[in-house]
Amino acid sequence: MAAAITGAVPAELAGGQGAGPAPTRIVVAYGFWIFIISDIVMFSGLFAAYAVLSGNTAGGPTGPELFNLRNVFIETLCLLLSSYTCGLGALSAEWRRPGRFLIFAALTFVLGAAFLAIEFSEFARMVSEGAGPSRSAFLSAFFTLVGMHGTHVTIGLLWLIYVVAQVVAKGLRPAVLRRLLCFSLFWHALDIIWIGVMTLVYLMGD
Amino acid sequence: MLGKLSWEAIPFNEPLPLISMGVVVVVILVVLAIVTVKGGWPYVWREWLTSVDHKRIGVMYMFLGFIMLLRGFSDAIMMRTQQALAVGNAQGYLPPEHYDQIFSAHGTIMIFFVAMPLVIGLMNFAVPLQLGVRDVAFPVLNSISFWLTAAGAFLINVSLVVGNFARTGWMGYPPLSELPFSPDVGVDYYLWSLQISGIGTLLTGVNFVTTILKLRAPGMTYFRMPVFCWTALAANLLIVAAFPILTATFVMLLLDRYLDMHFFTNNAGGNQMMYVNLFWAWGHPEVYILILPAFGVFSEVVATFSGKGLFSYRSMVLATLGICVLSFMVWLHHFFTMGAGADVNAFFGVMSAIIAVPTGVKVFNWLFTMFRGRIVFSTPMLFAIGFIVTFVIGGLTGVLLAVPPVDFVLHNSVFLVAHFHNVIIGGVVFGALAGYNYWFPKAFGFTLDERLGKASFWCWLVGFYLAFMPLYLLGMMGMTRRLQHIADPGWQPLLLVAEFGAIVIFCGILCQIAQLYVSIRTRERRRDLTGDPWNGRTLEWSTPSPPPAYNFAVLPRVETIDAFWEMKRTEASPVEATGESIEMPRNSPTGFITAFFAVITGFALIWHIWWMAILGFLAAAVTILVFGWSDDRQREISGSEIAQAERAQSRLGRPAWRQQ
Repeated sequence: MAAAITGAVPAELAGGQGAGPAPTRIVVAYGFWIFIISDIVMFSGLFAAYAVLSGNTAGGPTGPELFNLRNVFIETLCLLLSSYTCGLGALSAEWRRPGRFLIFAALTFVLGAAFLAIEFSEFARMVSEGAGPSRSAFLSAFFTLVGMHGTHVTIGLLWLIYVVAQVVAKGLRPAVLRRLLCFSLFWHALDIIWIGVMTLVYLMGD
Repeated sequence: MLGKLSWEAIPFNEPLPLISMGVVVVVILVVLAIVTVKGGWPYVWREWLTSVDHKRIGVMYMFLGFIMLLRGFSDAIMMRTQQALAVGNAQGYLPPEHYDQIFSAHGTIMIFFVAMPLVIGLMNFAVPLQLGVRDVAFPVLNSISFWLTAAGAFLINVSLVVGNFARTGWMGYPPLSELPFSPDVGVDYYLWSLQISGIGTLLTGVNFVTTILKLRAPGMTYFRMPVFCWTALAANLLIVAAFPILTATFVMLLLDRYLDMHFFTNNAGGNQMMYVNLFWAWGHPEVYILILPAFGVFSEVVATFSGKGLFSYRSMVLATLGICVLSFMVWLHHFFTMGAGADVNAFFGVMSAIIAVPTGVKVFNWLFTMFRGRIVFSTPMLFAIGFIVTFVIGGLTGVLLAVPPVDFVLHNSVFLVAHFHNVIIGGVVFGALAGYNYWFPKAFGFTLDERLGKASFWCWLVGFYLAFMPLYLLGMMGMTRRLQHIADPGWQPLLLVAEFGAIVIFCGILCQIAQLYVSIRTRERRRDLTGDPWNGRTLEWSTPSPPPAYNFAVLPRVETIDAFWEMKRTEASPVEATGESIEMPRNSPTGFITAFFAVITGFALIWHIWWMAILGFLAAAVTILVFGWSDDRQREISGSEIAQAERAQSRLGRPAWRQQ
């Protein structure tokens, strides 16, 4: 759309606030950033709820009794590494190296899936120990906050498949590159949120 | 198979909702039949339902808002009548069970499905034109936003005949909204319709922030933007920052209700005041999401009809941004009685009083703009003047309520009800009506009837004072809000006055309907051929009325604020159409189809029909994915087609230099 609006820009105006409509790539990335900010605000509501409710265990298990920091460490490594491979994949795509891109995309997917698998097994263990989300307000907040992040990772993995399919079907065209850009912004944002989860839930809770 | 849904869900024993819904359904069927008989479906589908044109979407938002105003107002007049009748031994005509649903539906509908669509509709219509560009940043997303809002509005109306609505008030406070105390589907209707429309609103926010910050005509720096664009920017920043909080809060309440969690329950460590805090952390910015664009409309209207530039443009912008920031620091004044302690209450009381300062700056700006201007008392201008007087009163009672000790006395009284109706009717509704009268000729190419417009203004103004001034008095006498029955017969005279006021407002609404009807009937002699019926100042008036799909054949070059006024003043030479073709976004049914499946998903979730919810959700997701795969999203308008349209305009007598 924005490309349609972009006309010839006079030299004295180029680059400033008055430069006229921005190119599509900028508009799309900027808009997606705004969306990510809104997503982070949504998480802030869940973080606030966790902060308020983390002590309300209603006689049930507390965080230190439930958390396995070794697994959390592995989870964190998986997610951060997946962000690294995602970045390498995005660079490969920028350099029009589809083969490399596919390898890094596959690595990103495997690391993200590993993160999810560990998280899921942790959740399953807690539920089997009678520490499910309806046990106490603390556990409701825990499962919702961490689970919401996990839901985002799941959406991210599905999205990754979708983007890779577009790359395979259409090649690294500008439109596909823009969609890839949005995906990688989303994937990196999940890291930011995870750092918050790890700090507030696991490190401060232990 | 059908979850909780059965024939018992339809209230056959309550004639009132059934009859009213029956009338609505008949009206809708008649309209559909007329469209079918006249073969209008291709037109409706092509030009409206699948349109991604920001102007069309803006018009549809306004249409939705006005239709829902009728619904919300019928709730209002039912409540006023009940309170006027049910005094002493009389019980009125609405049982508590029904009355509670009405006041909940009234608040929910008026905020989410009247005020929001009206405000967002005006922004949709005017902002890209004022910025001198051809559409918003993400036109298809814009269509999705609108249809999701419409989906939420539809769901909330379904609650009238299938099941019931929440009895919790429009805030849905727990523990009342929790499963043990609201076991039926009312609260679920409330939550799901607001979640669905909330997603639409959030996407609108993302879209308009991006549009205003990244898509402006060449030369339009931030401080050359019309004030309405500034207020739209502030409102959309607030949407992006505040609506996700509401989404998260409702997710928690939904999890409590559906998955037996304990965020806000009485047992297992739930915390109800957290809901109240989170709700108002969204809710207070929300009132500024509504009022800031109204301030923008008044700024445009006052400047235009005073024939002067806005007094102290920069202070207006700074006041807008100041309110934008401060609006996040006052939420606790909605519940001083929580007992947060003197220090916390004092802080929020002081902040609430401080927010009156930038608002006061704005009032003086409008007054000084009018000072020594050539004021034209048109309908929009009357709404603007009525607003200034009314809003100052509402603001002052707000400052009163911001004083914690006063608030302890007046909390949850009808004084509060009078206060927020004072600012919302006197501010948001008057703003929406001013904007509607102001931009209508731009949207449709003919002006609205002034005589009936003024009649509607006077009815709204007088009706408002009659309806709500008595509530201030009653509030100070100790009358609490949401009473289904009035014990003290001494209050009845004032309640009768309030009832009369509601009827006068109803006359105002009737005048508006008549105004629209008469204006359409006489449209041939009220054509706006110049594109500039009010001697306007900003770029939307430099286009023909109605503007072509592409808005501007050549993007205007902006040198100052009030860019169009400057063009007229200097008689700037016309920018010739270059003969280049223009790429515009192609129509897309994505929004309509997604919203269709969103309705199905929401309905299924409300009634616990899990298979249908999964299918509906998957179908909506596939719709989005199909769009996400497409590459052919633009259509080309050829240079010769544009040149032809421009020539047709000049034959209509538009001065050459006004042809962009």
